[in-house]
Amino acid sequence: MKIHEYQAKDLLRAAGVPVLAGRVARTADEAAAAFTALGTPLCAVKAQIHAGGRGKGQVKGSGQRGVELARSADDARRIAAALLGGTLVTIQTGPAGQLVRQVFVESGCAIQRELYCAVLVDRRVGSPVLIASTAGGVNIEEVAERTPDLILSEPFDPDRGLAGWQARLLASKLDLPTASWRHAESFFRRLCSAFVDLDASLLEINPLVLTGEGTLVALDAKMTFDDNALFRHKEIASLRDEAEEEPAEIRAATAGLSYVKLDGTIGCLVNGAGLAMSTMDLVKLHGGEPANFLDVGGGADVGQVTEAFRIILSDPNVKAILVNIFGGIMRCTTIATALVEASKTVGFTVPLVVRLEGTEVAEGKRILAESGTTIITADGLTDAAKKVVAAARSAV
Amino acid sequence: MSILVDRDTRVICQGITGKVGEFHTRGCLDYGTRMVGGVTPGKGGETVAGLPVFNTVAEARDATGANATMIFVPPAFAADAILEAVGAGIELVVAITEGIPVIDMARVLPVVRDSGSRLIGPNCPGVITPAECKIGIMPGYIHAPGHVGVMSRSGTLTYEAVWQLTQLGRGQSSCVGLGGDPLVGSSFIDILALFEADPDTHAILMMGEIGGSAEEEAADYVRRHVTKPVAAFIAGRTAPPGKRMGHAGAIISGGKGTAAAKLTALADAGIEIAESPADMGAALVRAIERRASARGR
Repeated sequence: MKIHEYQAKDLLRAAGVPVLAGRVARTADEAAAAFTALGTPLCAVKAQIHAGGRGKGQVKGSGQRGVELARSADDARRIAAALLGGTLVTIQTGPAGQLVRQVFVESGCAIQRELYCAVLVDRRVGSPVLIASTAGGVNIEEVAERTPDLILSEPFDPDRGLAGWQARLLASKLDLPTASWRHAESFFRRLCSAFVDLDASLLEINPLVLTGEGTLVALDAKMTFDDNALFRHKEIASLRDEAEEEPAEIRAATAGLSYVKLDGTIGCLVNGAGLAMSTMDLVKLHGGEPANFLDVGGGADVGQVTEAFRIILSDPNVKAILVNIFGGIMRCTTIATALVEASKTVGFTVPLVVRLEGTEVAEGKRILAESGTTIITADGLTDAAKKVVAAARSAV
Repeated sequence: MSILVDRDTRVICQGITGKVGEFHTRGCLDYGTRMVGGVTPGKGGETVAGLPVFNTVAEARDATGANATMIFVPPAFAADAILEAVGAGIELVVAITEGIPVIDMARVLPVVRDSGSRLIGPNCPGVITPAECKIGIMPGYIHAPGHVGVMSRSGTLTYEAVWQLTQLGRGQSSCVGLGGDPLVGSSFIDILALFEADPDTHAILMMGEIGGSAEEEAADYVRRHVTKPVAAFIAGRTAPPGKRMGHAGAIISGGKGTAAAKLTALADAGIEIAESPADMGAALVRAIERRASARGR
């Protein structure tokens, strides 16, 4: 789960990690009032969307940058007006961009150096790690690619947290002035504790700023959370901004389905995540473009399958649907019955190709054949892919 | 021979009194697995599927001589269940549960590493040695005894591959579901080492997917240490970056973990690649034949 920068900063502030004072605004007047209330000579007005690269991003039409400095309340009002309601296109949003619904007005600070740090779980090490780099404010993926030596990494135990010496080691390698080490130690250790305590999956501070006074402050903050741990963090789950998410993905999650929208024309309904990904690949291999990833899970019932079809069909790009089921615990007869039921209630407007294999497959195929529906059955994966690609082509 | 489990493996089920735990305990019993009991705290003394239920794993082990466990405990309590099994000295811990928080697994893994136990999963279909022992949720009948070792990060994709092998007349020595989570107890490398050492395994088929670098590490390991023919399939060539594809671990983040990078690493290590999921069994056969013709020259 993703949250906005201003929400991440609230969480960090509560965890004792230094951030600058700021206020969220949903109108241009609120932004001007925020500037006045903060009482600093300089503020940054930052678009709040669930995507990075805002500083270099531009609002469609006007070219307004996603982040701009304001020197007066009127300035803040002008920038906020240009951002709010605009569609911000950044390197991470894709060409469609994302609607800006709120801005964060944040006080400025004297910047001595810009650094980078992040906490994440390193799969290879099997534990959380704090990574840091002297290359702050830039795209860290590029740094990792070009100069991996510039990236420092310290693994830590979730319960013991980052050790003081590890924080000092990083401070030393980052070439921070010794007068700032105590501050850096506190910053890094609290950041790591916040990551563990909040069950984050990524906590990225880019840039991490060494201020003119020699303190460290999180100038930007990106935070994502482990969906599997939200059950024990109701306060974080409540920060979800559904306006930033794909409506069909929210609907799928509510129904216990795993769905990701893509740009193609062939809808896919599959059991199991690995098989669902493979089915998308198969469609592509045979010249089609998948419209979605959809895993109905191991124990899908008629209700879930029906909802899955409705979600797939809510995408106007879908020209044909491929159902690929390997019945294991889920019997082919169960899925066949669900398909027939769903086809009656949903009312298919596009061709439906079904490939069944596994437990009770013969009986499942018989149910489909005798159903009187227009379902196209397929023998094997390749046959199914060819049939659905052909069906999508002829439907265009 | 086989790896991890055979007809003598004595298995308990943690979470046996739950609906899913009971269902799959019966499935394993039907397959012929030596299920010897179950554990649910507070339900000791009950009987499920004809098996005695114990309050703790230690009691179950003492009473039944169990050396393996299959875990169906709900996600919030599953990490603790794994630790309990490890603490009781159970040799093989198979965690089926999906949805365990990552940080919980980060706490569990060092304990497992310092113990004599091996953890498979979580979020996996389990382990099977065909015709001998099934620990998990896979449909038993698609398997056939034989000499292909199978390992995978995905459930139904493994069934697909196993079914293709069986149709081609290639039975399996053992099949291991590693799990779809970012942190799992056993990696491709761990299982490759077991298959390489198992005289009954003659070839290896692996199914990877986007996210992390386990496949790249496996490729490197195969190049250095594996003498047997290996074939591989990678799921997720069409997956967009930054999106979680069902499995918690299946995500391309920061440009890392792409299918293309994994396929390149595997091919460079001399591993036969299945381009299509319809081609997994055939790719394994090609890997065996390529090796045989190289020997013949």
